Amino acid sequence: MHSDRASTGLKIAAGLGLAFMHLPILLIFVYAFTTEDKSYQWPPPGLTLKWFAVTWNRPDVWEALTLSAKVASISTVIALVLGTLCAAAVSRTKFFGRETISLLVILPIALPGIVTGISLRSAFNLADIPFSFWTIVLGHATFCIVVVYNNAVARFRRTSGSLVEASMDLGANSFQTFRYVILPNIATALLAGGMLAFALSFDEVIVTTFTAGQQQTLPIWMLEELVRPRQRPVTNVVAMVVVIVTFLPILGAYYLTRGTDTVAGQGK
Amino acid sequence: MTSAVVFKGVSRHFGSVRAVDNVDISIAEGEFFAMLGPSGSGKTTCLRLIAGFEQPTAGEISIFGQSAQGVPPYKRHVNTVFQDYALFPHLNVLDNVAYGLMISGVSKRDRHQAAEEALELVALTGYGARKPSELSGGQRQRVALARALVNKPKVLLLDEPLGALDLKLREQMQEELKALQRKLGITFVFVTHDQGEALSMADRVAVFNEGKIVQVGKPEDIYYRPEVPFVADFVGSSNVIPPHVTEKVTGTRATASVRPEAVKLGDSGLPATVRATSFLGTSTRVSLELEGVQMVALLAKGQNIPEVGEHTHVSWGEDDIHLMETADE
Repeated sequence: MHSDRASTGLKIAAGLGLAFMHLPILLIFVYAFTTEDKSYQWPPPGLTLKWFAVTWNRPDVWEALTLSAKVASISTVIALVLGTLCAAAVSRTKFFGRETISLLVILPIALPGIVTGISLRSAFNLADIPFSFWTIVLGHATFCIVVVYNNAVARFRRTSGSLVEASMDLGANSFQTFRYVILPNIATALLAGGMLAFALSFDEVIVTTFTAGQQQTLPIWMLEELVRPRQRPVTNVVAMVVVIVTFLPILGAYYLTRGTDTVAGQGK
Repeated sequence: MTSAVVFKGVSRHFGSVRAVDNVDISIAEGEFFAMLGPSGSGKTTCLRLIAGFEQPTAGEISIFGQSAQGVPPYKRHVNTVFQDYALFPHLNVLDNVAYGLMISGVSKRDRHQAAEEALELVALTGYGARKPSELSGGQRQRVALARALVNKPKVLLLDEPLGALDLKLREQMQEELKALQRKLGITFVFVTHDQGEALSMADRVAVFNEGKIVQVGKPEDIYYRPEVPFVADFVGSSNVIPPHVTEKVTGTRATASVRPEAVKLGDSGLPATVRATSFLGTSTRVSLELEGVQMVALLAKGQNIPEVGEHTHVSWGEDDIHLMETADE
């Protein structure tokens, strides 16, 4: 007989699995409040809020945070434009090599970050492009496009092609059709894709290591801080912020794409 | 009367496929014109050529005397009711219907009022606030109709609009569409693969086969006087009589057609064998074999129904056999 209830053993296993994944994150949060700043001591000798103030007054934290926010925003915008155009081309038209292009677009996310990083670095070197803010953005855009593309292509496939023809038939030119029919139908998919792309870019380390010059994005800054113990809990405070900043968009993306199983424009 | 739509030697080829092959049509203003044919016969492509979704490979299309060459769909005074209705899922019914007016810059108040009137025309008053997903197939069909009609098109194109509806709803919509067309006086161009639908609704029917129009005419002509065997067979399943049999009866060597209901069984005529009978309610269908040719007779209620395997004779009235132009098939 089929039972909807899980067995006790399964419940315990699931609980342990979740605890294994999430307790270490809680630990990071706890250390943000510790009074000990040289090493991570358990249990914390005392609790304090002073690290928040210290973090607030550290210019290097602000620099790293601003850089990461800028890189993530611009990479996301690039990805939204290019990813959507690419998805539209692949799902709306038939052309020679369409499947290949679809595969090539997705490939960067399947590729290990270190390969992407090394290849971009050598390419930049070869082309004599100095490492800058824009090289980081380019590096991030490679995988941000994939996330947007995947979301957009799935939505395009579920949107009936005759909607575009119906709009044209009713007098709308291409721009009006995009504005009044296509955009409203793919908006949530783009928002979800954009948020995921932003989150991915915001905590990216490997590709950034290879494509950044002297600049430090937030994750890179954290990595350096761990090696050099100086006001250690500051790292934890920043880590908390990063978790919250990346978690919110991912949560948002989840809620936006949930419950859109029905096909948009399905006639019958 | 002016012609609403004229095709002059229009072809549309997709690679080596001749979807539409050298078609000439002249559709009069205010006419209910049906394009009938099996799937892949080119009728839908013809409709898309009028709408502007396809451009002809060769030939010329004009709409109300103006060449449609290079005119995009959004600049044609033609509206389409799509086979899958293509209602905008993110808009409610009222905004769906008002879409065309919104694009042409009509104020919100005016376009909503016009949309309400259009919904009233298709008997959907009060449905404006619903989303298309909350409607039944028949209701969506009406919304699609209202959305096209609200723009007051010069020509309304309907692409198998009743195909997704069940039989009863389809018959009801056939009558309503016909009544609507008479009331509005708009030229309707209707694509269907259902011969009953075409014959009952249209003023004129064009029968398509393999990208070509094989016959154009009034429903009665198409039904009773098919010009080629394809029409006889596809429209209302007439009996196609091969030349050697026709010659025995009429003395002319030509392919001919005879309506099943005109076939009489009795003691005189050509000898035939009964292969099967099936009771259809108001009539009985008798399958016969006559000199290797399959024939069907529809016997009205009250006539003697022969047994399967029985030998009988087949005849028909002189007016009931219709000679077709081709003797070569």
